[in-house]
Amino acid sequence: MEAQQTVVKRPIPLSTNYAVAYAVKDLDVDVVAAYPITPQTTVVEKISEFVANGELDAEFIHVESEHSAMSATIAAALTGARAFTATASQGLALMHEMLYIAAGLRAPVVMSVAMRALSAPISIWNDQSDLFGSRDSGWVIYFVHTAQEAYDTVIQAYRLAEDPDVLLPVMVAYDGYVMSHTTEPVVTESRPEVLKFAPKRPYPYRLNPDKPVTIGAIVPPEYLYEIKYQNVKAMEGALAKAEEVDREFGKQFGRSYGIMECYMCEGAESLIVTNASYAATLKSILPEAWRQGLRVGLLRLRLYRPFPVKHFVEHASDAKGVLVVDRSISYGAPYQGPLANEIAGLKVREGLGFNLTSVVAGIGQRTMEDEDFMALVRLAWESRTRRFPETIFYGVRE
Amino acid sequence: MSAGQTPRGPLRIRSLFDLPREELFISGHGLCAGCTAGTIMRMLVKVAGRDTIIVNATGCVEVSTTRYPYSNWLVPWFHSAFENAGATASGVARAIEVLQRKGALPKDRKIRVIAVGGDGGTVDIGLQSLSGMLERRDPVMYVLYDNEAYMNTGIQRSGATPYHAWTTTTPAGKVWRGEWRTKKDIAMIVAAHKIPYVATANPAYPQDMVNKFARGLEVLDEGPSFIHVIMACTTGWRFDPALGITISRLATETGVFPLYEIDHGKFRVTFPIAKRKPVIEYLKLQGRFAHLTPAEIEEIQRLVDERVAEINRLAGKEVIGPVAK
Repeated sequence: MEAQQTVVKRPIPLSTNYAVAYAVKDLDVDVVAAYPITPQTTVVEKISEFVANGELDAEFIHVESEHSAMSATIAAALTGARAFTATASQGLALMHEMLYIAAGLRAPVVMSVAMRALSAPISIWNDQSDLFGSRDSGWVIYFVHTAQEAYDTVIQAYRLAEDPDVLLPVMVAYDGYVMSHTTEPVVTESRPEVLKFAPKRPYPYRLNPDKPVTIGAIVPPEYLYEIKYQNVKAMEGALAKAEEVDREFGKQFGRSYGIMECYMCEGAESLIVTNASYAATLKSILPEAWRQGLRVGLLRLRLYRPFPVKHFVEHASDAKGVLVVDRSISYGAPYQGPLANEIAGLKVREGLGFNLTSVVAGIGQRTMEDEDFMALVRLAWESRTRRFPETIFYGVRE
Repeated sequence: MSAGQTPRGPLRIRSLFDLPREELFISGHGLCAGCTAGTIMRMLVKVAGRDTIIVNATGCVEVSTTRYPYSNWLVPWFHSAFENAGATASGVARAIEVLQRKGALPKDRKIRVIAVGGDGGTVDIGLQSLSGMLERRDPVMYVLYDNEAYMNTGIQRSGATPYHAWTTTTPAGKVWRGEWRTKKDIAMIVAAHKIPYVATANPAYPQDMVNKFARGLEVLDEGPSFIHVIMACTTGWRFDPALGITISRLATETGVFPLYEIDHGKFRVTFPIAKRKPVIEYLKLQGRFAHLTPAEIEEIQRLVDERVAEINRLAGKEVIGPVAK
């Protein structure tokens, strides 16, 4: 540890998309199958460059759709390769069928998602409709809020996915444009160091003529329930593993994040629950809010599936108000933000006393200025003593 | 012989006695009595040998041969969805390439990837994925078993359903007379991708079929291959289960399903016919054509004649003769 701390690691300027591509290179990924889609594309452009220049020895499968991208990625992983793909928006929606198959086959694939709105009308800009549409597919889901965290989390994701006790596909999600195309300083690690942390652990039941297996058989009602229940258990088990992986990562590289972050929560009376770039922006807003007497903390979701219930309860048990910011819409649901519905369920389950406020914002990358975030902070503060039963569509022109 | 050692390269046979006794597709499957798909699969893996990975699209063969917790496959077998056999086979084949290059798998070992799909999974929903695989020249042999409708879901028409055939979604009624469009020519669509080897095959001509599988495997170092196998379906075509091979043979003898190959662009009819049988010989054994009037049969005969003329044009001479009087 001492020796490590004396090494000065020089950050390089990378967008979050490029940070993901660098992680893929440093992980010595074997197979990348991908299809271009805005705002993900520069991930696979960068990976293509790495392969073209011989910096990464991988098969790049130029598929004709995202459905095929996910199909080939799953197949490569089940053949024993380390496989990666990246997508966004319509691409993630087109993959939908294969997302469930990846999880059901326990394929240890990793995918980055540069989150973007879903059609119609078509919008290339950011919100999180795509990700939340895939929420129940059985993938482990991380939200990251900086380019550095994206780099680090892709590395953590492989260690988690390929763990024989986990064997689940992992998504690493971040905001399209706002993060995907924003350049930040990122420290990258050497391939030997990365592979020391995340050594390749090929799929244990892989397609191999020496040990023939039948994968993807048709399962009658006598068995399907138990097989799906194994996914329930795997997902539950992934929580402690993810925490351990992050801790180990911190030990080796000096950076760790926890699976849920509470920022300025000490003495806070209200919390804002959000993720990705909104969490990053709020971190810059909250000090000013506290100077104004608004003691509001940020509860940043990092690991979203499995949901760190215990961590949430620890942070939220003393809160008087909790404001949940959703950037996708669950049309006609009790709360029209999908995340707010989950927090409402937790509030009941755990007997938490806070007032819950559901806010939808940033749909189609509607700009949120600092004063808009400050308005959310004030709303969170107000939530201590006031109930807002309906979802608030912040910033919409009615 | 220990598992994994391939005793031979792709096998060429002069008679069925040359086929290995070893069964890699074993009995106990749930295919219909008289289904010819089982015959095709059994021959296919006999030719391919143990160092084979099968990728199967959703369909009859998939559901009937892998009923959990059982399997009829003694080679690695993988199914994930309906429309993605091409992309899935690409993923497997390219993973093997990189793992061999990086030393994670033995470099000298030839492991062959074979995709298997029905007509729905190939000519309709899987066409895009297949085209991607072909265009990328990924080393995969794709075997289409074509029973000319969605038999697995209960005989709905597909893009491969022939003219005037009854199916449950093209019933013969007062207005409709069965399918009213002609069959999609998938082999030629595939051939347009300029891959090393494309062939049509028929389990009634097992020697021809087996040697085409062998040739398809042989060219994989250069690129993909595609074998379009006609698969008479007792349930969907409505015939006596004993007649599968008889009807398959008639498909070729009448010129409905000519046997040819396109090897590196060179077109060759592998089963020339001096005198064709009239198409009614083929149609009359099948319940799916039972509603046809003499005029409609004439119309089908005319379409077959046109098809034969086209094949002869491609061959550059008359390899398939006229209908015997």
